Amino acid sequence: MSKTLMKGNEALALAAIKGGCTHFFGYPITPQNEIPEFLAREFPRTGGVFLQAESELAAINMVYGAAAAGGRPMTSSSSPGIALMQEGMSSLAAAELPCVIVNVQRGGPGIGTIQPSQADYYQMTRGGGNGDYRILSFAPSTVQEGAEMMMAAFDLAEIYRTPVFIVSDGMLGQMMEPVELPEKTHRELPAKDWLAVGHGGKRKPNTVKTLALDPIVLEQRNLDLQAKYARIAAAETRWESYRTEGAEIILCAYGSTARIARNAIDLLAAEKITAGLIRPQTLWPFPVAAFEGLPESCRMILTVEMSCGQMVDDVRLAVNGRLPVAFYGRSGGIIPVPEEIAAKVKNLLGRA
Amino acid sequence: MTVIYARSKGLTDKDTHYCPGCTHGLIHRLVAEVLVELDLLNDAIGCASVGCSVLSYNYLNVDMIESAHGRAPAVATGVKRVHPTKPVFTYQGDGDLASIGTAEIVHVAHRGEKITTIFVNNAIYGMTGGQMAPTTLPMQKVTTAPEGRDVAHCGMPLRVSEMIAQIPGAAYVERVSVHSPKAVRQAKKAIRNGFLCQMGGFGFSLIEVLSTCPTGWGLSPVDSLQWLEDNMIPYYPLGVLRSPEEA
Repeated sequence: MSKTLMKGNEALALAAIKGGCTHFFGYPITPQNEIPEFLAREFPRTGGVFLQAESELAAINMVYGAAAAGGRPMTSSSSPGIALMQEGMSSLAAAELPCVIVNVQRGGPGIGTIQPSQADYYQMTRGGGNGDYRILSFAPSTVQEGAEMMMAAFDLAEIYRTPVFIVSDGMLGQMMEPVELPEKTHRELPAKDWLAVGHGGKRKPNTVKTLALDPIVLEQRNLDLQAKYARIAAAETRWESYRTEGAEIILCAYGSTARIARNAIDLLAAEKITAGLIRPQTLWPFPVAAFEGLPESCRMILTVEMSCGQMVDDVRLAVNGRLPVAFYGRSGGIIPVPEEIAAKVKNLLGRA
Repeated sequence: MTVIYARSKGLTDKDTHYCPGCTHGLIHRLVAEVLVELDLLNDAIGCASVGCSVLSYNYLNVDMIESAHGRAPAVATGVKRVHPTKPVFTYQGDGDLASIGTAEIVHVAHRGEKITTIFVNNAIYGMTGGQMAPTTLPMQKVTTAPEGRDVAHCGMPLRVSEMIAQIPGAAYVERVSVHSPKAVRQAKKAIRNGFLCQMGGFGFSLIEVLSTCPTGWGLSPVDSLQWLEDNMIPYYPLGVLRSPEEA
């Protein structure tokens, strides 16, 4: 396939089909509508099922049912809609049901705005749902990378029996870039002997459930989940470094903001200020290892986000007091420009 | 010796956790018998709800999925869209279906999902200890309306079946009861019709079963059956509210 110019949202939708998605359930919300619209148009031709739900609550529970019955379902939404789905996400994580959930982030809190934002970092990594659970969260920074992450997400969801987040934002979703979808890599997937599909009179009934009234049972279930999360952290944590070698200051940014941070770093380089970038590609698990063995030259870290400071918590935990960690953010749907990030860096380094 | 009454093979061997005199066990049995008689047991996929019947998956001998509070119709929708030819049902109480799950039950009917809902209405929240439900009758005493339901304060009880019956996608809606042997036989017929409606592809089917909660009501099992007949049936009249013939 040659490169095609596609909107970020549409590329995610196409990649979902290529990645083996069978069912989409969702509720309209800006700025992610191109995903359901694409699938409503394309799924009938490819044998998939598109269904518009009456609410985000219903959508995530349709995903739950479809996953429990052996489909490869997904949903997509944007920040306030994701907030409504959190009950379902806790249940999906607890019942260990594979599915993919896209969040095309917009500004909050509340109804907020339809403009891009990264103020859902907590939602995506801490959950709004109840209980001890984690969800594998991928954070693409280009349309191409989003499509690749989406293509892999459905298999990863099945391998780990977990929901998988694709954390996009209103800018990545709406922008157009050339995309070339790779051929899907074949992965061995575990047998699904736990599905609710009718026992056929051949086995005892399967039950997909999350209730565990016996504390001993529930604690063990939690410990089993934690062990799984440790396996995910060991195998799936991803990040990308840019110009970190010899850098005086290292920026940390993800998604769209990481692209802007790169531009800022290039601007600074032209002024002989050496700055680098650590770009988490997974938000959970957070790439803690990226902050171990930082170059001797590095004097401080600057986290840049389209929020009032959320990922910076994880950066501070990862840096663990070894270096100062500063923060620069814009919120409310405002996208920072490279010049203002560069100015912040110069200010921090005393070269303003 | 001839066996004239035995446990349905649609039920597991587990003893239920239901209180003495609660009619959930009886309604489980009716669902189980219907699934066996229609030869649907092997393929059936059930969706349990939150409330006393959350553990229905321990007693019904079918694959089941536990749903979050009120969401069973959405979960069942997801299941049915993966397995359009398999029998899919929800088993929900009135707290679950008539309160927190109203959007889901309205829209499962609105879409005409080919699933069957067994709606067990005992006019109270049983599992949480006897609080007021949307179905609680006027002046009925419950823990969150200790002087009885004041309709000026919190409205008249919701008649779910009447509401669902006027949705175009609802193909079969019937309200039945289990307060007498005659009513139990009619309830089984209605459940059977619900599943036949589903398997015939007519649309959504809902069977409301008036049920007792002796513990929550503070009555003996026998008095509960009488209370149901005297108080619930006048407000929740029995009968077919919608069927494929009329649609």
